[in-house]
Amino acid sequence: MAEAGLSIPEWMRKKPIDAGVSRNGRRRRTSVVERTISGLSEALRSSIFSERIAARPGLLQRIDPRIKILGFLTLLIAIGLIHSPFILLGLYAGTVLLAAMSRISPGYFVKRVWLFIPLFTGVIVLPSLFNIIRPGDPLVTLWDFGRDVHLGPWLLGDSLAVTRQGATGAVIFVLRVAASVSLAVLLTLSTRWPDLLKALRVFHVPRVFVLIISMTYRYIFLLLGLATDMFTARRSRLAGVSTPREDRRFVTGSMGALLGKSQALGEEVYAAMVSRGYSGEPRTLNRFSLAGRDLVFAACVAILAVAVIGGDRIIG
Amino acid sequence: MHIPDGYISPQTAGGLWALMVPVWYTAGYKAKRLLKARQAPLVAIGAAFTFVIMMFNIPVPGGTTGHAIGGTLVAVVLGPWTAVIALTVALVIQALFFGDGGLLALGANCLNIGFAMPVAGYYVYRVFSLGAAPGSARQWLAAGVGAYAGINVAAFLTAVQIGIQGDFFQTAAGAALYSPYGLSQAVPAMMAAHLTLVGFVEAAVTSLVVLYLQRTNPGLLLAAAESKKARAGGQRLKPLAIGLLLMIVFVPLGLLASAPAWGEWGPEEIREELGFIPEGMERFAGLWSGILPDYALPGDGGEPWAGVAAYVFSAILGLGIVSLLTYVIVRLTAGKDVRK
Repeated sequence: MAEAGLSIPEWMRKKPIDAGVSRNGRRRRTSVVERTISGLSEALRSSIFSERIAARPGLLQRIDPRIKILGFLTLLIAIGLIHSPFILLGLYAGTVLLAAMSRISPGYFVKRVWLFIPLFTGVIVLPSLFNIIRPGDPLVTLWDFGRDVHLGPWLLGDSLAVTRQGATGAVIFVLRVAASVSLAVLLTLSTRWPDLLKALRVFHVPRVFVLIISMTYRYIFLLLGLATDMFTARRSRLAGVSTPREDRRFVTGSMGALLGKSQALGEEVYAAMVSRGYSGEPRTLNRFSLAGRDLVFAACVAILAVAVIGGDRIIG
Repeated sequence: MHIPDGYISPQTAGGLWALMVPVWYTAGYKAKRLLKARQAPLVAIGAAFTFVIMMFNIPVPGGTTGHAIGGTLVAVVLGPWTAVIALTVALVIQALFFGDGGLLALGANCLNIGFAMPVAGYYVYRVFSLGAAPGSARQWLAAGVGAYAGINVAAFLTAVQIGIQGDFFQTAAGAALYSPYGLSQAVPAMMAAHLTLVGFVEAAVTSLVVLYLQRTNPGLLLAAAESKKARAGGQRLKPLAIGLLLMIVFVPLGLLASAPAWGEWGPEEIREELGFIPEGMERFAGLWSGILPDYALPGDGGEPWAGVAAYVFSAILGLGIVSLLTYVIVRLTAGKDVRK
């Protein structure tokens, strides 16, 4: 039928934006669709990976999740209260040791922590090293202006220098963030998520909330799948170049569509729950029991917390 | 905007946790009634939705991409208190499982993103969409305005929490213990980014999604409004009133900071900083001194309590004037397209 007059339309012959090369041959950024797909699948991948680590037989994996949460919160507060960079460094080293003892590869653990927040923190903290942002005693003078310099209403001072206070503050800040983030990552990696959620009951988090959190966690993966499907479908239909305006419409449109799907799903799930006997009061199995090693762990944490805070006050 | 652990002191973090307890209690109380109905899975799925859309890349004019948080959007669709729970749940999961935002800082993040953002955004949306027909342009515009307000309120609170670290927590030698920037640096930096760019991204996303819903799924936008209308009229303003009351109580906290707000120097302070007063400023500064100059009551003898009382009084007066103006504006504009 259409064998003779068929010709490929002009817009289909253009290279799609995802080819990584623009028409004038320069590399260009990957498209919004592409980047969102990779972000979504990265979230899926990393949480599956975490679950696998949590199932290994390591030191932290064997500790009762309730004790582990309480212990880690105590340590987080201790880390928050410490002033000495040396003690902070020691505590950070301790988290790497704990990771190794919990069969988490130290290389992976260090990379996972540092690629994330401390590096970003390091960039944020940079300006505060200088005396024009945060006053202090000059440690290294970079540029002596020779006279007071004004920038509009601001008095910049007579030199640009890295201050002792700025450097100390930056080291303390980055180490503190690294140690805190390491602890949080350890908790996530060493605990299976249903256990982590059930352990929230220690804090008297109402059962309904725990139910909602656990349902949310499940639905996140469902919605991540749905969103990935929408974006993949869009990508596979994409011939030619889409403008940012079109992309914006697509992204917000898919948010709206996702919202509609979520709503419909919510109704169906509720109907399914009611027909299985849900009466508004969720029930959970409680299979936690404290063992000797949990008490030893708790004691170690308490002693460590007191020791580091005490030691910190003695050092000054 | 998620604050990681280590950025704020445990003292601040603890205080903000304590501040969130009554909020969660209220939200839980309201939600219990909702949960008896068919909303438990809806809240869960709403939270999952919030989580997922935070991962969507939005193309921003200029070639980069940004993220939206969607706090106001969720509040517009689910109602403010359900949104508080949904966002809290999303934040808990982000902190516990994905390392986004700290565990100690969770109270702070829940206050900023989980409470201030949806509630502020929602009530601004309500005010601007008062009497607007469902599906009208004013509805999606109001959602955008609400989102802009919501994210900026959240950003401001975040900046204040981070800024007090630089000002108040340092070693004896003056080295910062937590985030090193003071209020005068953190607040302008944060607000410059949010007032100019991030706020508009959030507003545009919210408006476009509401616009999409108006065309394809108008029932979703009606659901929250209908359930609101079914309840008593006066009750719906109660949470707003409580929030404002709390803010009035907290206003004198500003007295703790001795320096004047950034950009709000009086002529005397400018003389101290600059060594001179710009001529034009001196000329106009005296023209209007306000009814209560420097928020002081007439006959203020300088006792500390008098300062606090004057501040609270000024806050009430200011709020009253703003409310009155808003009411008048809404009355004037509402007459044009009242729903049948």
